[in-house]
Amino acid sequence: MADVIANVEIKGPPAGLEREPLVLNQRGLGWISDAIAGVAEGKTPLWWWIAFVPSVIAMSVMGAMIIYLLSTGVGIWGPGHPVMWGWAIINFVWWIGIGHAGTLISAILFLLRQKWRTSINRAAEAMTIFAVMCAGIFPLIHVGRMWFGWWLFPLPNQNSIWPNFRSPLMWDVFAVSTYFTVSALFWFMGLIPDLAVMRDRSKTKLRKFAYGLFSLGWTGSNRHWRNYEKAYLILAGLSTPLVLSVHSIVSMDFSVSQLPGWHTTIFPPYFVAGAVFSGFGMVLSLLIPLRTILKLEDIITVRHVELMCKVVLATGSIVGYAYAMEFFIAWYSGNPYERYAFINRAMGPYAWGYWVMIGCNVIVPQCFWFKRIRSNMLIVFILSIFVNIGMWFERFVIVVISLHRDFMPSNWGYFKPTWVDITTYMGTFGLFFTLFLLFIRFMPIIAITEVKGVTPQADPHHPLGGAKSGGHH
Amino acid sequence: MSDIFPKWTNRLPLMMITGALLGGTGVTAGVWYYCTNKYANVGYMPVQPVAFSHAIHADQLGMDCRYCHNAVEKSWYSNIPTSTLCMNCHNQVLKDDPKLALVRESAQSGEPIHWVQIHKVPDYVFFNHSVHVNRGLSCVECHGQVNKMDEVHQAKSLNMTFCLDCHRDPAAHLRPLDKITDLDWQPKSEESQRADGAKFMHDWKVESLQNCSTCHR
Repeated sequence: MADVIANVEIKGPPAGLEREPLVLNQRGLGWISDAIAGVAEGKTPLWWWIAFVPSVIAMSVMGAMIIYLLSTGVGIWGPGHPVMWGWAIINFVWWIGIGHAGTLISAILFLLRQKWRTSINRAAEAMTIFAVMCAGIFPLIHVGRMWFGWWLFPLPNQNSIWPNFRSPLMWDVFAVSTYFTVSALFWFMGLIPDLAVMRDRSKTKLRKFAYGLFSLGWTGSNRHWRNYEKAYLILAGLSTPLVLSVHSIVSMDFSVSQLPGWHTTIFPPYFVAGAVFSGFGMVLSLLIPLRTILKLEDIITVRHVELMCKVVLATGSIVGYAYAMEFFIAWYSGNPYERYAFINRAMGPYAWGYWVMIGCNVIVPQCFWFKRIRSNMLIVFILSIFVNIGMWFERFVIVVISLHRDFMPSNWGYFKPTWVDITTYMGTFGLFFTLFLLFIRFMPIIAITEVKGVTPQADPHHPLGGAKSGGHH
Repeated sequence: MSDIFPKWTNRLPLMMITGALLGGTGVTAGVWYYCTNKYANVGYMPVQPVAFSHAIHADQLGMDCRYCHNAVEKSWYSNIPTSTLCMNCHNQVLKDDPKLALVRESAQSGEPIHWVQIHKVPDYVFFNHSVHVNRGLSCVECHGQVNKMDEVHQAKSLNMTFCLDCHRDPAAHLRPLDKITDLDWQPKSEESQRADGAKFMHDWKVESLQNCSTCHR
């Protein structure tokens, strides 16, 4: 065999057309392990405490607001006739939407063999799980009677009552809990080889024990890897439909009703595109500062950021198309209520909200056509924040503007949030960042083993790779 | 892994699964049995200010329920009679009995006797007595055989399942209107109950109402 393989020349693409490698500066496998695992080892850096303390404070404020709500009642929130759904549902949909990037990156990009996902999938999946947790709080507390939360599930009870399976709110319960379960499983399974790395690098008994417990006895044997790869593929297949189903069902909370502005068949695809859009916006907002602070620029490269910007551009354009199509249908339907609902969006008392949404969701992503913008980290970071703001306003537009003026002018009103609405929402950021910072501090934030697999060195035909001239790899 | 985990930890998963199964079953069974109205409310028999015996009045003497609870066919509320109604008979019968001292005093002063309410539904439940008794539902269905009770106690759970069992199948419970207060009445057979119940539902336009707003408004 030896003489057959020797001196085989591999022809790459012509100069100027090669892709930039996914790990820069020809970093070796040992460097990758040290750089990623090192984040969770050693002394806690100062920046971490500076971020963590305010997060915990904000989370405690959220806890206090929830206690205030449960002890007093929903009257302390803004909603009231005719806007009976306020910030709670807006925040729920917003957080759930953010959660969509994780599964898209880990499942769909995996099935499509997009190797660049390896540098960002771990953090994006963690973001997904924490975002779904933040989202889950709102349906649970929004009626002010949290202790009846178990009525959402079909459990036998002495009242002989059963959830109404014809209600999209019920479908939501199953869609979101399935999504959370599968995302958490996927995340954990992907973590197992890396947790074993952390275990083997551990110096203290406690760390050895904890990482040892969660790495489930991983030794890296051939058999382990075979099972792992198969299971990962199966889970990716299982979670792919979830990327589309969850936000489709969330959109049905609105579109199944008969309110002008909600009663639209375009909602499911439009919501899914918006969810992926906001999810990638949040991934960019999180990872751009992180790659600098943690000195991981060689692993989360400018190319990665650019690729994510392109996803934002694509989904942002779909969202913009959906906004335009809503207006077209409102005109084309000839329905005066439908027409009024949309004229009122753009020119009514909440027009400012509508134009914030258009600015952030339609105009901002169009900047990503330009490579100079895509590769400027500071500008991408700022624009990604606008994406997050815009997507919050999209839900505000849908929920509040549609509700505040329906069929009868005698039924119109103007919604204002209270300080409790605002602090509760701000508090969920506390929860999110507390969890995310703990994740940074204790887990490998990038999939170590997967990144190694996409380095140039891992390619046996690469000059730096395993296949030595005349040898067998 | 032996340098991280001692050998006994091999048994840990099995112990945890067994513990969770046993604990879970225990908690479920405990809540199922002890935390329901059937356990918590049935048999509730508070001490009343006057030891009034329904067994003597309704069973031995054969008085109709509606002699005292005379508004039950017209009102949502089945009233407790004033003490003057007791005196219709008791100014002649047992008129000096010390057990009736409070009744006489109340009838004279007009201050009602403080009876303790036994049958309660939550304040978000609207229950109307008249609509039930006028459509062939006997007192016995909810209150049990009060005519056999010396002291009244709660006989049925009165939880929502109890209401729904009947609302989902009224034909099994309806009876002729002249048997409403006959607490000992039994249908001839199950078949006759079915046939009569279906006829009553048709004749009296009884619907199987299961909307939330039927009871919760």
